Amino acid sequence: MVTVDDFASPVRPTWCTGCGNFAIWNAVKRALAQVGLAPHQVMIVGGIGCGSKLPDYTRANGYMTLHGRTVPVATGIRLANHGLRVICTHGDGDAYAEGLGHMLHAARRNIGLVDIIQDNRIYGLTKGQYSPTSDRGRVTKTSPWGAFELPVNPIALALAAGATFVARSWSGDLNHLTETIVRALGHRGYALVDIFQPCVTFNRQNSYDYYRPRVYKLQDDPTYDVTDKMAAFARALEWGDRIPIGVFYQVEDRPAYEEQVPALRAGPLAPRPLEKLRPEQIRRLLEELV
Amino acid sequence: MFSPLDDLTIRIGGEAGMGLESSGVGFSQALVRGGLHVFGFADYHSRIRGGHNFFTVRLARRPLYSHTEPVHLLLALDQETVRRHIGAVVPGGAVVYDEKDGLPEVPRRPDVQYFSIPLSKLAEEAGGSAIMRNTLVFAVAAGLISFDPAYIESVARDNFARKGPAVVDANLRVIAAGVKASRPFQDDFPFRMEAVPGAPRRLLLNGNQAFAMGALAGGCRFVSGYPMTPGSPVLEWMAAHAEEYGVVTLQVEDEIAALCMAIGAGYAGVRAMAPTSGGGFSLMVEALGLAGMTEVPVVVYEAQRPGPSTGLATRTEQGDLLFVLHASQGEFPRIILAPGTVEQAFEAGWRAFNFAERYQTPVIVLSDHYLATSVRDVAPEDLNFDAVVIDRGELLTEAELDSLEGEYKRHRFTESGVSPRAIPGHPKAVYASSSDEHDEYGHIEEDAENRRRMHAKRMRKLETARAEMRPPTVYGPEDAELTFIAWGSTYGPLREAVDRLSEQGVRARMLHFADIWPVPQGVESLLTGETIAVEGNYSGQFADLLRMATGHTVSRRILKWDGRPISPEYILRNTEYAIRTP
Repeated sequence: MVTVDDFASPVRPTWCTGCGNFAIWNAVKRALAQVGLAPHQVMIVGGIGCGSKLPDYTRANGYMTLHGRTVPVATGIRLANHGLRVICTHGDGDAYAEGLGHMLHAARRNIGLVDIIQDNRIYGLTKGQYSPTSDRGRVTKTSPWGAFELPVNPIALALAAGATFVARSWSGDLNHLTETIVRALGHRGYALVDIFQPCVTFNRQNSYDYYRPRVYKLQDDPTYDVTDKMAAFARALEWGDRIPIGVFYQVEDRPAYEEQVPALRAGPLAPRPLEKLRPEQIRRLLEELV
Repeated sequence: MFSPLDDLTIRIGGEAGMGLESSGVGFSQALVRGGLHVFGFADYHSRIRGGHNFFTVRLARRPLYSHTEPVHLLLALDQETVRRHIGAVVPGGAVVYDEKDGLPEVPRRPDVQYFSIPLSKLAEEAGGSAIMRNTLVFAVAAGLISFDPAYIESVARDNFARKGPAVVDANLRVIAAGVKASRPFQDDFPFRMEAVPGAPRRLLLNGNQAFAMGALAGGCRFVSGYPMTPGSPVLEWMAAHAEEYGVVTLQVEDEIAALCMAIGAGYAGVRAMAPTSGGGFSLMVEALGLAGMTEVPVVVYEAQRPGPSTGLATRTEQGDLLFVLHASQGEFPRIILAPGTVEQAFEAGWRAFNFAERYQTPVIVLSDHYLATSVRDVAPEDLNFDAVVIDRGELLTEAELDSLEGEYKRHRFTESGVSPRAIPGHPKAVYASSSDEHDEYGHIEEDAENRRRMHAKRMRKLETARAEMRPPTVYGPEDAELTFIAWGSTYGPLREAVDRLSEQGVRARMLHFADIWPVPQGVESLLTGETIAVEGNYSGQFADLLRMATGHTVSRRILKWDGRPISPEYILRNTEYAIRTP
């Protein structure tokens, strides 16, 4: 049986005390143990940023890549070995600034990734610049006049791009966080999990106290239909005093990208033995050139 | 008076959309089936319709490695073709033009013949469509040079079979009409190249096809790319063979994603590559460093075109050498191959993946438009599948993984710099590599001593690899007074230039480098006498690289950067100049 302790790494996190990443880290490990995925059966891919270091603190296959390129690297891994459950953990700068294009294409591709965004709405590792999810008017070192831009809406963007699983959770509710990740792990295609993750050092505005009274759970309403895309869009636009968390949208009727690739019908690619072409195959290739 | 030549060139010109290249390649195929040797290259604009395009096919009774400048027969599908290329036609040569187009108002050359044939009208009558005059005019050419049209018919039968018998029949009628139309002019055209019945079977292919086939043979099973001339035909070729050979191919959102996905696949244990051109490679630069830092095997195929920026999108240049050598921040080992022929492109296809896995680092195969798109015939055994080796280097086997003790060190310090690699997925080899500097396990580590050792470990791989790099091909006498130095696609034109100099009594030789970096051992001893670098760029980048690596300064540089391929004649003209000028 897989337990949370199986994922214990000798490396201690460098996150600040109270950082929202601790809850995400614990939820990932708990969710993996809950669904019974052992460390060698998963691949956790990070980019660059505080949260992207999560693979270093977790004993599991992992890869810490480039800022913004988490999703394409993870896509390559998934296509090379879809026997591995591939999880991305990266921040809002990684996912929604440098990596936004990749996120939208991963959504329309419906590649089988669980894409966890540690969304603290600030740049932490570079010490406090505004991020793509910072509120308009947010004053930081690089936005002394207040940010002129509107924040991106990752939920609505993912829905528009054709994502088949779109969810949001937050670091103040470990159980909800774990449940959401468990549900994402059970999804066949691309699953976006945007997580409000308070940054206790550089973002005093979007704190635990800010979120606690505002968030409400979509799944508390039994009539909420996760297969209704228009309803999901309506909730995605809800912002301010009441902010929905939970699964906005989930459909399982669209095949994942890897399910459609002819070369993968015979199973994962990476474990297959690599052999020279057979004489018959060579003959056919040369026949094309006559 | 009609002495058979053993070497002649036919050029067809017209606008984009007239099917010049497809019919030109089809004609080349027919020539090869007829036992002749060919070299064909397309010159075209970056547009779908209009402009001026031409396809040149050189044919001979001996193997060819290059195009040459003189044209014996010009097939003009518009006036512009005559205007632009009449100067290239040899005395006694001919122009075939469409009666409906007429001739441009330029002075007629008295030493060239002009054959007016109603190409469009005949194509329409025989095949039902004037567009088929591209096929018709090649049949005219076959008639003029006394090449048996049966070979053209056989190619048409094969190439149009999937479009149904009606299309095949229409093409056969068009070919017959073309041959018939050539008859009144046959006696006036002095150049002949009859087929050689019963000649051994030969193959026709370009550098992109050869490289892709070599890569497939070498175990490439993952290709991610973004369309860009002239590299993306490799993705197309792989996609066409993906299902049969079990290859994952994807067209992705940009070249950043393309290389990142290939790196992901390489990390997961699949031989992966990203084909592109210089502009796409520019986007890949950061990811290249990721592969270097995290020791991931991956191959980039970079088919160069003239830059910077969009440059000349459909033309050729060797301007990216020093860029790919230095691309990405910091230092890491990389291997660069630059095949010069389709045979070398095939070899580079499989060798690149062996290097990538043996040294767990990125390998770049530098091609260019000229090599990538020019077609040449080779013997089936020249694509040497028997020589293909799949060497995965220090990759831990299932049994070795099972017997691992303790925590696995993915980046273990070793003398060669190569650390035994586990494909992720085994319970005894669970690890996470990091683009941050890391320790032997892969954990992020900023300690100075660790950095010193880990960086040196990676860089040592380059020295280990150097011993495996092939020395340059030496072509010509050992006591040559002139040593020409080339790399990549300049092989063919330079080889022919050296042959011609030898015929003139000049002792010249060629040193051709296909293994570029790390610079092979022992090169210094070959750099003797008068050395002339021949390169398709402005500055002589390889000459600079040689000076950096060996201290040798070449005596002269013959360079070209107009986007058009270097010809043997260009080298000879500039050699005379180089010899005359102290």
